[in-house]
Amino acid sequence: MNNIWAILQRELRSYFVSPLAYGIIVGFLIVTGFMFYISLGYFLTMVNSTIMEANIYRTPPPPVNVNESVISPVFRSISFISLLLLAMITMRLFAEEKKMMTIELLFTSPVTTFQMIMGKYLAGLALYVIMLIPTSVYCIILFIFGEPEILPIFTGYLGLLLIGAVLISIGLLVSSFTENQLIAVALSLSIFLLLWMIDWPADIIGQPAISSLLTYISLPSHFYDFTNGVLDSKHILYYLSIIVLSFYLTQRSLESMRWRS
Amino acid sequence: MISAKNISKKFGGKQVLFSISFDVNKGEILGFLGPNAAGKTTAMRILTCFLLPNEGTATVAGFDILEQSIDVRRNIGYMPESPPIYPEMSVQSYLEFVAWIKGIKMKDIPKRIDAVMEKTSITHVRDRICGRLSKGYRQRVGLAQALIHNPPVLILDEPTSGLDPKQIIEVRELIKGLAGEHTVIVSTHILPEVKLTCERVIIINNGWIVAQGTPENLTQKIKGKERLQLEIGGPGEEVKNALRNVPGVANVQIEIHELDGCFKYIVETEVKADIKKNLARIIADNKWDLYEMRTLGMTLEEIFMRYTTGETFTEKEA
Ligand SMILES: Nc1ncnc2c1ncn2[C@@H]1O[C@H](COP(=O)(O)OP(=O)(O)OP(=O)(O)O)[C@@H](O)[C@H]1O
Ligand SMILES: [Mg+2]
Repeated sequence: MNNIWAILQRELRSYFVSPLAYGIIVGFLIVTGFMFYISLGYFLTMVNSTIMEANIYRTPPPPVNVNESVISPVFRSISFISLLLLAMITMRLFAEEKKMMTIELLFTSPVTTFQMIMGKYLAGLALYVIMLIPTSVYCIILFIFGEPEILPIFTGYLGLLLIGAVLISIGLLVSSFTENQLIAVALSLSIFLLLWMIDWPADIIGQPAISSLLTYISLPSHFYDFTNGVLDSKHILYYLSIIVLSFYLTQRSLESMRWRS
Repeated sequence: MISAKNISKKFGGKQVLFSISFDVNKGEILGFLGPNAAGKTTAMRILTCFLLPNEGTATVAGFDILEQSIDVRRNIGYMPESPPIYPEMSVQSYLEFVAWIKGIKMKDIPKRIDAVMEKTSITHVRDRICGRLSKGYRQRVGLAQALIHNPPVLILDEPTSGLDPKQIIEVRELIKGLAGEHTVIVSTHILPEVKLTCERVIIINNGWIVAQGTPENLTQKIKGKERLQLEIGGPGEEVKNALRNVPGVANVQIEIHELDGCFKYIVETEVKADIKKNLARIIADNKWDLYEMRTLGMTLEEIFMRYTTGETFTEKEA
């Protein structure tokens, strides 16, 4: 436990001495803020036009749903942007240690491979949470000007956390393959995007078995329910099993270094 | 304290260590001596559990490197060839981190850091960023890192490389001071270093242990074959052939051309045979002038060259 905490803390500190972490956080806020602004603007014009229509036809205005038209799309955008940034957050975790040969220190200290993985994983996850916290400002704005439902916001954040947890575990695995951070970021990004888009051809493939498999593998298909306020254990189970699989493969990848390096 | 048994290591198809076995007693300082790419670093990495051997195993401080690797690591301080520092950290926070993962109790950490900084004379750079230190200082931080948990076993891969002469002397003194309480393995290509710091030497070449023993012992082994230096006035080639034909002479070389008609000869004897008398007689019989005849000592450098350049001497012959 102590070892995990030591590695986690060192890793977080080194994130924040590099401009990369700040760049990622600022970039993330700018892009997600922009998305929020667009969605909100779109929503407001929609509300205005329905009110005008209602006035013209002298009917009561139809109910509009802030959750459905603003929050849910914003969550989806955030999840996609996280995908791009998490590849950058995880690329250095093991690659840098291999390049600087500090891995030699870790592997010759009384630290288990699992503790190493957990320390680094939790550091990546912590940075991700730090990135997500300022986005709560958007929710506060919505609460000031409207009455959104709180449950979908809560589950949406849980979904974001889980999808990030999955991406970080995969990025960590990829980072253990190489000492070159550029290769790591390119490879994880490819895997992330593939997992993102894999169900796109689901509709054009004739076989229903294959399409449902593709949909099952796809990361975002498990995410949408969260943004709509639905908690389904099947989605949580899917995410957790990918995380466990990634940990296992990372462990194997690191142990195999002791044969080759 | 350390006992390696038949350790072999391959990288891909390339065999780097061939059935290496040796023992190090408690409190002893052992030197790994060998040219570049001999396999010193690889052997050290296996002992420190960074690499796994393909065959064989070793025990360190009573623990098996394959079965009880975490216990082995707890008992070893390892200074790798390139100091394993995080360039963005300050020296102080780096050593705190290392102390932490080595399992030192929280309340003892400041004390231990002060002690190793003092020992490796880095106290005055404690707030500097590791990545901006000079090579020599990084090396010292690397050494401090290995000493921090006061481990019973220390494995130091070329600890003096990159240091200035004054520091080299200090680090050698430091290593010598570790003997007794700590068991130490140091690798080096520098021969005087071995003589100065190590009680015992293992010479590694191309993955084989080609010799082991105390520096004196190794010198002795080769002394079985004596070498004599003679200065003789006479026709060079003729003298050489005559000397070569004396029973017990293995080899004769003409070393340096001296004054008119006077040459220096190095004569190697086959076994411990007292042939000086016979040599003198031949010279006298031919009416050449004998200016000098003396026994040459073997320096460690020469022994090293013998063992590592594939010349005729091997342990068995000697
Ligand atoms: N990870 C690796 N993959 C493949 N070959 C390796 C690896 N590490 C070392 N080798 C090879 O093993 C051999 C021994 O290397 P090693 O680093 O142990 O030598 P050394 O005695 O420490 O040399 P030096 O004095 O230069 O430090 C070399 O031929 C080297 O190329
Ligand atoms: Mg080496």
